[in-house]
Amino acid sequence: MCMNTTMQTMKETGKKRIWADYQKDIPDDHYFFVRSCIRQTFFPGSEQFFLNFLRSIGKDIYEDPEHTTCTGIGYHGDVVPFDTIMTVVARHFSQATAKGYRNIAISCVTSFGIYSEILETWKHFPETLEKTRESLFRATGREFEVPEYIAHASDIIYKYRDEIAARMKYPLMDQYKGKPLRIVEHIGCHYAKMFPKYGFGGAEFPHVLAGMIEAWGGEVIDYPERRHCCGFGFRHYLVQANRGYSVANAKKKFESMQPYKPDLVIANCPGCTMFMDRWQYTIREMEGTMYGEGGLTGIPVLTYEELAGIVLGNDPWVLGVQYHNVQSDRFMARMGIPFDRDMKFISKEGERLSEPEGLMV
Amino acid sequence: MRDVRFEEGLKACMNCGVCSAICPAAEFYNYDPRRIVDIVQTRDDDAILELLKSETIWYCGQCMSCKTRCPRGNTPGSIISALRQLSQELGLFIYSEKGRQQFAVKRTVGDNILEYGYCVAAYVVHPDLHPEQGPMWDHAFENLEAFFARAGGELNGTEGPMRKIKPEVLDELDRIFRETCGMKLFDAIEEASEKKAAELGMEFRSKGIDFEYFRHVYLTDNGRHIHVHEHHDADHEGDW
Repeated sequence: MCMNTTMQTMKETGKKRIWADYQKDIPDDHYFFVRSCIRQTFFPGSEQFFLNFLRSIGKDIYEDPEHTTCTGIGYHGDVVPFDTIMTVVARHFSQATAKGYRNIAISCVTSFGIYSEILETWKHFPETLEKTRESLFRATGREFEVPEYIAHASDIIYKYRDEIAARMKYPLMDQYKGKPLRIVEHIGCHYAKMFPKYGFGGAEFPHVLAGMIEAWGGEVIDYPERRHCCGFGFRHYLVQANRGYSVANAKKKFESMQPYKPDLVIANCPGCTMFMDRWQYTIREMEGTMYGEGGLTGIPVLTYEELAGIVLGNDPWVLGVQYHNVQSDRFMARMGIPFDRDMKFISKEGERLSEPEGLMV
Repeated sequence: MRDVRFEEGLKACMNCGVCSAICPAAEFYNYDPRRIVDIVQTRDDDAILELLKSETIWYCGQCMSCKTRCPRGNTPGSIISALRQLSQELGLFIYSEKGRQQFAVKRTVGDNILEYGYCVAAYVVHPDLHPEQGPMWDHAFENLEAFFARAGGELNGTEGPMRKIKPEVLDELDRIFRETCGMKLFDAIEEASEKKAAELGMEFRSKGIDFEYFRHVYLTDNGRHIHVHEHHDADHEGDW
């Protein structure tokens, strides 16, 4: 009896200690927002939703128009040295410092990985922090404080997932079948594979998107290549001759998930969201293969902000849900969302724009 | 070369090969990151020099899945980043087809950073260079102002998505690149690429992307990089 009690205590202690490594503190207010080059290029409605949502629940989030790229794609594309990117990011920190912010909210997963790598480097090699301070001051006259917290924007939506659930108009339920919609979640590699402690659930049990899907009534799909890279590969996508690498990785993922019949894919990385949509179009053009129902459709891919927005009943066309090659009309219809297809491709003023041809349904 | 990524990324590799097992690039290319780490660990200058001229250091896709799985906590992907930088600083990247592509990365992403303040900006993702973007992007690209306005932004406005970065801010980026050797790396890539273009007898221009050498490095693939599974065993018989 005594032994059992002791063992139970040891187990609980051990479990708590182990799971403590997978937790993450997210500040509940006062964020300095840094945009993503890729998200604002392809999914500007997603970043706007993120800002508007936080402000709608009374949070303070500030964006400095003088914020620039972190140069992360250049860094991982190997044309920007580490010293340079550390100094560019230090400039971002100086902007946050000047406005009194210590919590950074990061839209891009590449940037999030960069910020994590830089903060860890400064901890382990304090001389690099001093060198960066000197470089930034000599180049710009700026000074900075190291931020207290960094969070990816998906961490913040995850933090408020229950608040979204409480205001939800359209849960992730198939209205025709009365069952949860089945959703693949894809976590960008640089979210937690490099520095697991910076991500919810670390690299092994990332829960940042799964938590949203579960809170909003959906079913998370597990499949063999769930944690495989989307295939971006930086220089492998940037140079046209190398794009076979990129599409081959995406194909591997789609072939792996197809037997589990996903209704939707969401990703927290803007690049992954874009590639998993674009490569479905490319694979259809190259070999006629599609991975949706019966091989007759694509699988829609949305940003987590677009998903949160439609769950809350926001206008899908203002969110930008239509700006993917694979259209989400049938997915939204299953959720019971009323929408007008004719309003997809119009200007803000209501002027009708040309209709894109060859989109996937 | 002193680079903290060598110190943090390489602590007594035991050659277990887990990095190669998990690596998406090793599945696609004739590539073995374990071998690269092993060569760097030997500190054999001749072998490292060959590595800097080789195709193999350019195959990594920087997903960093190797970092998660290495039982020693090493980061082959970061070691490779440091090797790539050294290869470019020394002008050795032009000895390999994959290395020469760095000129295309510099002329696109690199120049975008200093010209626009973005690595990627909507107005440079031209459908001709990106056929894989498909019909949706063709539509968005033709209607960029409307695309951003509908989302609540203003293309080249003063704030929000795809705002125009002010000249004084771009000037700060420029000064950071000069202060930290970022510009020196750009210059090294340009200088070696221009020499290679001359050696190949190809047209080279000091700006932009619309000329023969850019197209050559952006589009050329000799077809010998890809891992062919069915020939693997026969090709490597007796290697071990």
